[in-house]
Amino acid sequence: MTEGQVIVGLEVHCQLDTRSKLFCGCSTDYRSDGPNTHVCPVCLGLPGAMPVLNKRSIEYALRVAKALNCSVLPESEFSRKNYFYPDLDKAYQITQYDKPLAEGGYLEIEGDEGGEKRIRITRIHVEEDPGRLVHRGSAERGKYSLVDYNRAGIPLIEIVSEPDMRSPKEARKFLNKLRATLEYLSVFDSEKEGSLRVDANISIKGSERVEVKNISSYKGVEKALLFEITRQKSLLRRGQKVDRETRHYLEARGVTQSSRSKEQEHDYRYFPEPDLRPLHVQSWVEGIVLPELPDARRERFIAQYRCSLNHARTLTGELRVANFFEKVVLADPVGLSTLAATWIADTLIGELNYRNMSIDGVDAPGFMELLTLIRQGTITDKSGIEVLRVMLDQRLNKQPCETPAAIVDRLNLAKTSGDPGALTVAIEEVITQHPKALEDYRNGKSGAINFLVGQVMKKTRGCADPGELNRLLTEALKQREAG
Amino acid sequence: MATEQEVNHIAELADVGINPEELAAFTHQFNAILEYFDVLDRVSGDTAPTRDLYNVMREDETDPSLPQEEVLRNAAAQEDGFIKAPRVM
Amino acid sequence: MAGHGITFEPDDRYNAFLTTCTKAPHGQGKLCGIAVAVKDNISTRGIETTCASKILKGYVPPYDAHVVGLLRQSGAAIVGKTNMDEFGMGTTTENSAFGPTLNPHDTARVPGGSSGGSAAAIAAGMVRMALGTDTGGSIRCPAAFCGIVGLKPTYGRVSRYGLIAYANSLEQIGPMGRTVSDVSTLMGVIAGHDRRDSTSHDRPYTHTPKGDIKGLKIGIPQEYFGPGVDPQVAAVVNKAIGRLEELGATTVSCSIPSMEYALAAYYVTCTSEASSNLARFDGVRYGPGADTKRSWHESFRDVRRAGFGPEVRRRIMLGTYALSSGYYGRYYAKAQIARENVKKDFTRIFSKVDVIAGPTMPTIAFTLGEKSEPLSMYLTDILTVPVNLAGIPAISVPCGTAEGMPVGLQIMGSPWEDERVIDVAYAYEQAVT
Repeated sequence: MTEGQVIVGLEVHCQLDTRSKLFCGCSTDYRSDGPNTHVCPVCLGLPGAMPVLNKRSIEYALRVAKALNCSVLPESEFSRKNYFYPDLDKAYQITQYDKPLAEGGYLEIEGDEGGEKRIRITRIHVEEDPGRLVHRGSAERGKYSLVDYNRAGIPLIEIVSEPDMRSPKEARKFLNKLRATLEYLSVFDSEKEGSLRVDANISIKGSERVEVKNISSYKGVEKALLFEITRQKSLLRRGQKVDRETRHYLEARGVTQSSRSKEQEHDYRYFPEPDLRPLHVQSWVEGIVLPELPDARRERFIAQYRCSLNHARTLTGELRVANFFEKVVLADPVGLSTLAATWIADTLIGELNYRNMSIDGVDAPGFMELLTLIRQGTITDKSGIEVLRVMLDQRLNKQPCETPAAIVDRLNLAKTSGDPGALTVAIEEVITQHPKALEDYRNGKSGAINFLVGQVMKKTRGCADPGELNRLLTEALKQREAG
Repeated sequence: MATEQEVNHIAELADVGINPEELAAFTHQFNAILEYFDVLDRVSGDTAPTRDLYNVMREDETDPSLPQEEVLRNAAAQEDGFIKAPRVM
Repeated sequence: MAGHGITFEPDDRYNAFLTTCTKAPHGQGKLCGIAVAVKDNISTRGIETTCASKILKGYVPPYDAHVVGLLRQSGAAIVGKTNMDEFGMGTTTENSAFGPTLNPHDTARVPGGSSGGSAAAIAAGMVRMALGTDTGGSIRCPAAFCGIVGLKPTYGRVSRYGLIAYANSLEQIGPMGRTVSDVSTLMGVIAGHDRRDSTSHDRPYTHTPKGDIKGLKIGIPQEYFGPGVDPQVAAVVNKAIGRLEELGATTVSCSIPSMEYALAAYYVTCTSEASSNLARFDGVRYGPGADTKRSWHESFRDVRRAGFGPEVRRRIMLGTYALSSGYYGRYYAKAQIARENVKKDFTRIFSKVDVIAGPTMPTIAFTLGEKSEPLSMYLTDILTVPVNLAGIPAISVPCGTAEGMPVGLQIMGSPWEDERVIDVAYAYEQAVT
């Protein structure tokens, strides 16, 4: 490691996708319901209520442990982490302390310098989520908090990495790979709001370590790390020290802020949870059959569908995208794979992100039909993008959804290669309307032809066949070269 | 043995609060009990506790939750279905 | 659906009850129409449950403890909630926030604790049976002081779901009554597995007491008849053991060396667990209400300072200290090793004898206010706590008087031999009745 090297470790908390909570039978499907409607004596922490462990949560956690190459401990147990906070209704969180479920493993990511890099996993354990606080009031009326315990008791898996990451980019890749792996294992749904939270540990080699808590979005992780690294580096540049502390990430402002010192001096007084019994589940691991994981699927896409490495990475980076791709090319893999790979990876994903839409909202047969129109030459690529945008917007705005063919007809986007006359007219008009471009062309300026091509495309609303256009335009310009 | 200051600190940690009038007597009693606990220093052996049961778990099935009114019934203050709590500074 | 009910309007001059249900409904079953009192740390749906603490005044649980459900199913009429030491912390019921309970045999004396209300209610004839809880002797002590019968079941035999926790790894709900037969009947109703309690075992109780103890081997630990035990109490208990010998049992001397540190191990364990269990009382979800205009930390501290009595605050602090960083190994971890040693001592003794006998308490009931120093109060638990540390069953049955006050004979058994312990007590009771 070089001096001034960035060192990053992550602690990732993911909600496990079980039907009921970790220690009681309340349904985990709380997001569309009112506050305090998914609560019982156990998860509300009423005096006298007792926890009973959800078996599926352990099965899910063991799947993750196996996929991340961890060793499951022969005996594992739950402990109480004692602290006071309004969202923690028992004033302790049932978690795992000195006997977690699994230890030591790794996740491979694409290193910054190319090639595969192993990020080591320190430990994996299971714990319960606290409730949710909403802050109300004002300085004049007095501030107070409102608490909703629907989330209290939701099962969480905590995955702790060694400080093996060397940049915010590597951290983002780790997080993406971890997220994808958990989705492939069917233990996690990343589209559920608040289902993932990250604490990051950052230091510059030779200086103190800072913990940044409360990062709850994927984008937030890279931003928080960038901010924090900049903050630390600028302190060091000015000859100041970096204090060892805990900071909070403020999503709205994109900054990290020092936490009150009281929170830093927590003595959690851990002791084994007396109402639960230890786990002997090491032998369960053998029986776990892992599904195809992201790396294997990536390799298969390269072999089976002849995807490029980059496309394969992008397509298999999210379970839903990979599934969508395979659904689209199912009927004609040989004919559609390359086109589908390009269109999904390079275009569709971008359009979805822009609209904050899930790929679940895209109709696979419809998309396949669009690709077919492009492949047959009925429309140009440019028109294809326009059709796609219309399809997505209709779905997004809950309007009636037209088929791609219907959209092409309505907007008159079919390629005009069958009417060279119209194209010739358009070319003549464009050259006449842009004498300066013609001048530039005569003077050998390289951008002139491209400019004119663009203008013709505009005039024909993207319907001109590019090859045909080039040929006719070049001819027309040559005729005028003489002046 | 614990000083009055340490006893006060523990009261802070446990958030139970000792009134100033109580502190001296409390500290005296506290120390008498701690001194009695010293006998544990004579305990030898490192036997890990034996447990009677292992792998006690339930199936991932849902049970009915409490109706919201029941959840809120014992709370002193509530608003819009939420339970009201003092603000953490 | 119209059911039956009984009218319950007792003359409670001993302050045994905190809440009475004047019209107590009941169904059909083994306990059809029998008035049963429930200690106020056991959750009863729709009936105020306070643990004799101000911090739970007005708390009405929205659910029944498992054993309460079983009582209702068996047709019992739940007639009220009984007084206790606040959160179970005490040996005399003087630590109740709502006044002490008086001993019906001598109202200048304590009824014992922490299930003093249940014991007094039975001793005064207000009810025939009651539920108590025993963490370090809290059923057996008041049974001894009030001259009634009380059983602490094997740990895990009776569900703790709904029992407002004081020390999870030590406590059990248990039956109390005038006679061993009644205690056995009540045990039959409440024992058995509960899927909501992960520490609960599948061991139902279906026994009818039998009085034949010919050939029974009884261990007599020297530590139970040592200098700390009042000679008059020791004499009464020895006479009772003699009675058992007349019935065909033989006695064997034995020793429990781990008694040297058992009490310390007990108090470290129970205060540690309590400090965590009681941390949830902040007035937000239940209780007297936090001042939402102040800051969280200040409000929290004020609610607890006002709501918890001094003994509760003392034990929370002791427990916090014992679990705190730097002290965990010295106190809590050591206490668990000590427990293993206590278990080993009992296992060793039970390989040679069937039951162990001795006094339940080292003295007769103290006068009110007599034990003002906390440590001197703790020391009176010395004969009862080893049972909780080891998780074994133990019963206290009245065996005579000293200075006009009841004395209790304690019978201890191997894990899961609650039936045998009941039989020995029954044999004695039948012989002297």
